[in-house]
Amino acid sequence: MIKENKTKDYKSIIQERVAKNSRKRKIFNNFMTVLLFAFVVIAIIPLASILFEVFKNGVGALSFEFLFSPPGAFGSGDGGIGPAIQGTLIAVGLASLIGAPVGVLAGVYLSEYSSSSKHFAYFLRLFNDVLTGIPSIVIGITGYISLVLTLGSFSILAGAFVLSIIMIPIVARVSEETLKLVPNSLREAAYGLGLPKWKVVWHIVIKGSKSGILTGIVLAVSRVAGETAPLIMTILGTSLFFSGFNSPVDALPLRIWRLASQPYPAAHEQGWGAALVLILLILALSVALRMFAQKRSTYRSAT
Amino acid sequence: MGNLDNNSLKSSIKEEIDTISGYTKTKAEADATATNEDKISSYIKAETEHPFNSEFKIENPKLSIQSLKAWFSGKLALKGINLDVKENCVTALIGPSGCGKTTLLRCINRMHDLTPNATADGKIILDDLNIYDKQSDPVLIKRRMGMVFQKPNPFPTMSIYDNVAAGLKLNGIKDKNLIKDIVHDSLKGAALWEEVKNDLDKPGISLSGGQQQRLCIARALAMQPEILLMDEPTSALDPIASSKIEELMNDLKKNLTVIIVTHNMQQAARVSDYTAFMYLGELIEFGPTDQIFKYPKKELTERYISGKFG
Repeated sequence: MIKENKTKDYKSIIQERVAKNSRKRKIFNNFMTVLLFAFVVIAIIPLASILFEVFKNGVGALSFEFLFSPPGAFGSGDGGIGPAIQGTLIAVGLASLIGAPVGVLAGVYLSEYSSSSKHFAYFLRLFNDVLTGIPSIVIGITGYISLVLTLGSFSILAGAFVLSIIMIPIVARVSEETLKLVPNSLREAAYGLGLPKWKVVWHIVIKGSKSGILTGIVLAVSRVAGETAPLIMTILGTSLFFSGFNSPVDALPLRIWRLASQPYPAAHEQGWGAALVLILLILALSVALRMFAQKRSTYRSAT
Repeated sequence: MGNLDNNSLKSSIKEEIDTISGYTKTKAEADATATNEDKISSYIKAETEHPFNSEFKIENPKLSIQSLKAWFSGKLALKGINLDVKENCVTALIGPSGCGKTTLLRCINRMHDLTPNATADGKIILDDLNIYDKQSDPVLIKRRMGMVFQKPNPFPTMSIYDNVAAGLKLNGIKDKNLIKDIVHDSLKGAALWEEVKNDLDKPGISLSGGQQQRLCIARALAMQPEILLMDEPTSALDPIASSKIEELMNDLKKNLTVIIVTHNMQQAARVSDYTAFMYLGELIEFGPTDQIFKYPKKELTERYISGKFG
């Protein structure tokens, strides 16, 4: 009897409270939705205005000559950014060749093989995070001292090396997080078929999270493609096309910086054009890789 | 003189009895402290005093588990299991949650080792091979046994065909016709062929839950295992899908040995030839399924089977 009364009391109290709060809750709910949307808009405004400005000022400079010929005489507004595009593609390509595999394999170690040495993994992660936070100019100076001075010249190899050092921690972190998302039941299913660990890791874990790993690589490539400071210290910049692995080359961020610091409006317009080209390159790369990744993992997205 | 002799004899006998009873007492105490985790530990104590042995023995077991112990991070989960499994039969492991059924199953193919901080010690003899011998290779052992898990877990990036062929392909078999034949036979063996024969290149996860579980059985069968370990294979499925898998088990045991963990006692009674009842990391009773369910010898078993606890 007593028990029944009690439950009845609880019920009426809770119902009263819920009814009382329902109007308030609805208003608060709508308010929060509007507020969150407003913050999204605030976050997008700078990005959109940058893109708009670059597009408005840069699209006029684009032409066949601009994309493929070397820069003309100082301040003339002639010529183009051919060497810079070429240099960026080569430097970022080489950097990815070093940085992507090292980063992915480091991520694989942290996610799949570090369970027996937790302290070591902890310090690896810590160093990795610190490395992500090191200013790129510091990495550039390191590259200058260790590579440019020892090899005797500014070179694309030194540039690719410092860029890859910026890439590695980003790729490693993203790879580790993606690999950890692969459910353990799949690993066990594969072990249950009598597969050795490396086959489980390679065929089931890595191949199953290809799109995530590729996203990490794209992220790192886009970050690295826009780096200026470490390139000043390593590949210096020139107005000539690529002529060998141990001579200076040009790169888009360097070219943008040079053009922007000239006192001529024609150079400024070329600078905007170069910035537009850089943005479009990164955009194209990430769209292309994303399509590739999606095509390969259609089964996963089918759920 | 005779009196004195008699006295000394008496005292010596008493001494002997004392030492014996003292010894047994400490042993019983040790048992009690080892199992003193639950209210029902007294039952267990009463029953471990007559350790499982005498009444029931399996001739020529396919798999023989001998005093197997397993730990999770230093906590004892299996307290010395002795169990024999007969070839071409279904052996069911039943017991309440947390009694160590799944751990025992995972020890059999050394999947237990893969859990961080998990260790095991003891003997499991498969034919003549000791699975827990230091020299035996866990990978080779897993190749001789198939495993089916609680939740269906087909490889999400692979088609139905590739899911079944995965074990063969990844183990280095390249003969495409052979793979095709084995995939066909395995899907037939798992009673799935008729339903998927036109959709072999569709993704494995596009199937329904029950079909996915049979796909996982087919994937395990493709490796031609001698033993099939099933860890609550129907607990995530509806009754119709479950009954299909139960029917399947009857066919499967013609060619291989099945060990199944189940929460569902009716299922154990329906599908198994032998049943082992486990409680708190110990094997309480083992015998032919009919006998366990109709005439359980231990009170604990009877209480569990009649639904009084667990």
